[in-house]
Amino acid sequence: MIDYFLTEEEQMIKELARKIAEEKIIPKREYYDETQEFPWDIVKVMAESDLFRIFIPEEYEGLGGGVMALTLAVEELSRGCAGIALAFAGTALGTFPIILFGNEEQKKKYLPRVASGEVVAFALTEADAGSDAGNIKTRAIKDGDHYVLNGTKQFITNGGEAGIYVVIALTNPEKGARGASAFIVEKGTPGFSFGKKENKLGIRASATRELIFQDCRVPAENLLGKEGMGFIIAMKTFDYSRPGVAAQALGIAQAAIEEAARYAKQRVQFGVPIANFQAIQHMLADMAMKLEAARALTYQVARNIDKGNTKIAKESAMVKCLASDVAMEAALNAVQIFGGYGYMKEYPVEKLLRDAKITQIYEGTNQIMRNIIASQLLKEVR
Amino acid sequence: MNIVVCIKQVPDTQDVKMDPERGTLIREGVKSIVNPFDLYAIEEGLRIKERMGKGRVVVMTMGPPQAEDALREAIAMGADHGILISDRAFAGADTLATSYTLAKSIEKLGSPWIIICGKQAMDGDTAQVGPELATWLNFPQITYVSKIIDMGDDRIKVERLTDYGYDIVESSLPCVITVNKEINEPRLPSLRGMMKAKKFKAEVWDSSSVEVDRRYIGLDGSPTRVVSIFAPPVKKGGEKYHGEPDELARHIARKLEEIKII
Ligand SMILES: Cc1cc2nc3c(=O)[nH]c(=O)nc-3n(C[C@H](O)[C@H](O)[C@H](O)COP(=O)(O)OP(=O)(O)OC[C@H]3O[C@@H](n4cnc5c(N)ncnc54)[C@H](O)[C@@H]3O)c2cc1C
Ligand SMILES: Cc1cc2nc3c(=O)[nH]c(=O)nc-3n(C[C@H](O)[C@H](O)[C@H](O)COP(=O)(O)OP(=O)(O)OC[C@H]3O[C@@H](n4cnc5c(N)ncnc54)[C@H](O)[C@@H]3O)c2cc1C
Repeated sequence: MIDYFLTEEEQMIKELARKIAEEKIIPKREYYDETQEFPWDIVKVMAESDLFRIFIPEEYEGLGGGVMALTLAVEELSRGCAGIALAFAGTALGTFPIILFGNEEQKKKYLPRVASGEVVAFALTEADAGSDAGNIKTRAIKDGDHYVLNGTKQFITNGGEAGIYVVIALTNPEKGARGASAFIVEKGTPGFSFGKKENKLGIRASATRELIFQDCRVPAENLLGKEGMGFIIAMKTFDYSRPGVAAQALGIAQAAIEEAARYAKQRVQFGVPIANFQAIQHMLADMAMKLEAARALTYQVARNIDKGNTKIAKESAMVKCLASDVAMEAALNAVQIFGGYGYMKEYPVEKLLRDAKITQIYEGTNQIMRNIIASQLLKEVR
Repeated sequence: MNIVVCIKQVPDTQDVKMDPERGTLIREGVKSIVNPFDLYAIEEGLRIKERMGKGRVVVMTMGPPQAEDALREAIAMGADHGILISDRAFAGADTLATSYTLAKSIEKLGSPWIIICGKQAMDGDTAQVGPELATWLNFPQITYVSKIIDMGDDRIKVERLTDYGYDIVESSLPCVITVNKEINEPRLPSLRGMMKAKKFKAEVWDSSSVEVDRRYIGLDGSPTRVVSIFAPPVKKGGEKYHGEPDELARHIARKLEEIKII
């Protein structure tokens, strides 16, 4: 094992997250994958063990751990089940805008609630605005000391289950992307309801749902930052949250390698364990190499962010893209190594394959990640 | 008021092997854990404190210096304080000497509200320490508690699981209860607890700080001796029959007749 020189606290977080994965998540992941119920019992365990505190600053009842701590936790939880882990990782995604751009009152009001386990969601995507997020249509019109929201968000992680939502809406449509703003909207606000809940290929323990705003009056004090900052907030949020997606991918890849190696040692064909075949060994070797490389880069970027490096859009995109591609390949290879058994639900690797796919899609598709990396690179090179 | 939880550090039986020649457990290199039943005892102690909004959860263990790790685990779960009862003079104790030493330590601690033990230890397995502890302290005892129905400052009402069903029992407090695995689901440690545990140093009591009569402690205070231990013979796998249902039914009926069960 490579020593990543984790601090004592980081080591503790990793150990605890693994314990939760082993004792609470793994025994129930099949159930939640099957039923698509939201894993409230496990979320409660995570909250009681202080996991939601790790990325919250200490002033707001958190433990001040930052992106590295988050990465370690999400990786270990995802090794158990990426869908269940997403209740937690999605909460971090939704909370970053408040941590990064919230004013004192907003932080005081919301962060302690998250610290004690309230689930959060982040809502940008709409039917006609995925990769092209600038094409959102949801409006927020100022009316006295409120904003009135109208529109529909789709594919929102933790939708319906979260208590707190950060919603990107246009306050000034003429200005396009520069006319967007970010709002904190609480569940239960009149005019805010939930639509279709998606039936998904993977991460089925995660709730993915439509948010519907119909003349929803949000207090003006819930505006994050200033009017017009919506996209800056969203992009900065992704810089912080993409290592979390990478972490999810690392966890999936780790599980794929462990399962595949264990199986290869047990499965006998032609009178020998299939692990004796070089074709299998090389697959495992490739999986292991790529995973470790992705992990090393992810941790390093996470540490950079925690050290205050703010020019990280390219690097965050890199880890998200690299780790998710590695996870996809590792999961595919794991199924291949399991052969026909790998295709069956009785074995854990088909789920890894279904779960891995999403990490290449959300928080920006890997095509978009490559766009970001290349455009930054081309700017840097003269 | 102290909610006292007695815990024992035991070898993780998943790893433990026996030395067949010497009839002892091979303890080298074996991970130590908190006796599984005692995790339920700790959890119940914490729940009493949370439910009643008062009390101090004090975990106690008698054992070698490394038993401090067991206390640390309890601290990580949320226990307020941990006491390690440790001295060469206590070594070699059987259940009687163990319970005597624990009783004297609880007397030294003072103001017990309730004393919670696990149903039994995974290694010694006698289930004697709890009842003996109550006897030394002259407190009532309720064993195999599966639920605390009601509790006040000086009375407790519980459900206990027995071979014949459930008993509902009331007692005055303080008393000693031993708990089984039906009573709760132990929580995982919390990060804040783990950080506290990292810094935790147990209060260590030895044979001079606890007021004991030396005739009752350690090997000398132990009337029982383990003469030998051995693993029971492994059960055979049984017989498997394959075939059509009615043919199998006839076959099994014949077998049962043969061994005079029907
Ligand atoms: C399970 C799940 C959970 C989600 N959770 C959230 C959430 O919590 N909050 C939220 O706001 N959103 C969420 N999303 C939305 C997600 O971020 C989008 O689905 C994603 O950004 C892609 O958008 P799209 O689906 O509209 O695909 P499209 O943008 O329509 O993309 C289709 C294809 O075209 C490619 N493409 C598009 N533009 C370009 C380009 N310029 N160059 C090259 N290729 C391009 C894409 O890479 C992709 O392959 C979630 C989605 C899913 C499936
Ligand atoms: C391998 C082995 C060798 C032994 N050798 C000897 C020997 O040579 N001579 C001898 O006299 N005895 C010997 N013993 C017995 C040993 O002293 C007992 O294990 C001990 O007294 C506790 O009894 P028990 O394990 O049956 O606990 P139980 O009575 O089954 O435990 C019930 C509960 O009592 C509490 N408890 C038990 N022990 C402690 C403790 N130390 N501190 C705090 N709480 C406790 C816990 O709450 C526990 O759940 C040996 C035991 C083993 C396993």
